[in-house]
Amino acid sequence: MQLTLEFGGGLELLCNSVKIHNVNVEPQDIELQGGTKKLIMKDLLTWIRGNLIKERPEMFMKGDTVRPGVLVLVNDCDWELSGQLNTTLEEKDVVVFISTLHGG
Amino acid sequence: MESNGGDASRILREIETLKATKTEIEQRISALEAQLRETNLDDRTGTVLNGSCPPISTVHSDFGHSLSPEMIYRYSRHLLLPSFGVQGQSNLIKSSILVVGAGGLGSPALLYLAACGVGRLGIVDHDVVELNNMHRQIIHREEYIGQPKVKSAAASCLSINSTINIVEHKEALRTSNALDILSQYDIIVDATDNAPSRYLISDCCVVLGKPLVSGAALGMEGQLTVYNYNGGPCYRCLFPTPPPTTACQRCSDSGVLGVVPGIIGCLQALEAIKIASAVGEPLTGRMILFDALSARIRIVKIRGRSLQCEVCGENATFTRQQFQEFDYEKFTQSPLSTLPVTLNLLQADSRISSKEFKEKIAKGEAHVLIDVRPQHHFKIVSLPGSLNIPLPSLEARLSEISATLEDNEKGKYSGSGPQIFVVCRRGNDSQRAVQYLHKVGFTSAKDIIGGLEGWARDVDPDFPAY
Repeated sequence: MQLTLEFGGGLELLCNSVKIHNVNVEPQDIELQGGTKKLIMKDLLTWIRGNLIKERPEMFMKGDTVRPGVLVLVNDCDWELSGQLNTTLEEKDVVVFISTLHGG
Repeated sequence: MESNGGDASRILREIETLKATKTEIEQRISALEAQLRETNLDDRTGTVLNGSCPPISTVHSDFGHSLSPEMIYRYSRHLLLPSFGVQGQSNLIKSSILVVGAGGLGSPALLYLAACGVGRLGIVDHDVVELNNMHRQIIHREEYIGQPKVKSAAASCLSINSTINIVEHKEALRTSNALDILSQYDIIVDATDNAPSRYLISDCCVVLGKPLVSGAALGMEGQLTVYNYNGGPCYRCLFPTPPPTTACQRCSDSGVLGVVPGIIGCLQALEAIKIASAVGEPLTGRMILFDALSARIRIVKIRGRSLQCEVCGENATFTRQQFQEFDYEKFTQSPLSTLPVTLNLLQADSRISSKEFKEKIAKGEAHVLIDVRPQHHFKIVSLPGSLNIPLPSLEARLSEISATLEDNEKGKYSGSGPQIFVVCRRGNDSQRAVQYLHKVGFTSAKDIIGGLEGWARDVDPDFPAY
């Protein structure tokens, strides 16, 4: 499955300072949820942690979800509105991970 | 010699001109201050619209609205906008907006809010203007360096629009004064620079039922949204748990491209103006993510008000008293002020002051000086003879330290071997480095207390600070 992943607000520093990653995550690459052939955000996080995060994974994840202060957007929409970890991903989806900024 | 003489007389002439200008400005300031006092008085007695200049005591009922002839001329380009017009401008003039923070975000926000005629404009800041603010905090002028930011910002605002009421709150926003200050305004603009302030301001806005225009900027990125308005979320709905302190970077550590907070601050002014004038669609339930480097702006849909939110949720009972007793510094594990943290990780005998270090150099004692700052910091300025090994790469480059030690040993000294000293910007990372070096066997390593800032303060005042 072709996905575009974007990291911002400093999270890109965890993946070699590259902000945009065009990736191919095949359903067989990941553990399937309940045997169904779909990719959900929970699987994608596991995949990202294993394949993209090069340093300090605790700055990206806490437990099985993102750490506090990280907004997750699936196709420009807060993942809270689509089921968070259970959001089903589809071909060509754009997933953005952005760390909230406090500076000014 | 002749050219020197010419220079001197030119400089003298310039000084005279500047002095004349200064007198003129001072006279203007006192005239404006007098006018302001009059305006405030009028506001309290409620006889006049928010300070027209000069105060006009009659309402121009003939025109069917409350704008004075001078206001009509000053704001004519607003009045010409069909979607803004007399109604939008009248609303603006009647409104009051508080900007918390007169820094990178607050500067452009305040300038536009003053210019556009917001009736009463409050400024909260406890800081003073510094030279390293000037590249982005465009409201301040060089002559205000060392003076309170609120004073400087108020002077700039009044020089653009002397007809509005500017209120200076020269204090840090705390749970003890926030309710009192925020309750005096219709709209709050969060232009602060730290996590605890953001939670504090948002919670206070929920308690008082005020819309919050929140902006943030760091490095090359900015973020903007409106909280607690039209059914939209509050800051806590979005971020119920504070981020780890390591994820809260500050402009003074990570840097910021000056124009980036400028852009976000302008957008904050825009959103505040839209709410105040009741024009357009406010940026609520949506967030702007701005990436300056790649020239990308994303406008994303964010969650609405969370029913489970501890402050604004359905069953939340967050009262004024709870707000006043809430410890925001403890909650976020970071200080409300922007003072840098000073760690104390090492025993006293593993540390050395910059003065003592200077004496050791003067005596010619053999040593290796390791600078653990990032490479781009090292490029700004460094101590002569120091070896740059950024903290994250220390582990991988231990052999370089051993090699340097051996080289030194072969050189001058046969007695006690060369000592390792570690320096960084402020003396925190150097302690972390020394802790690590001790662990791997370099037991004599010491850190220089206070880092290069300490060196500049106590040893070499000409050493550049940044």
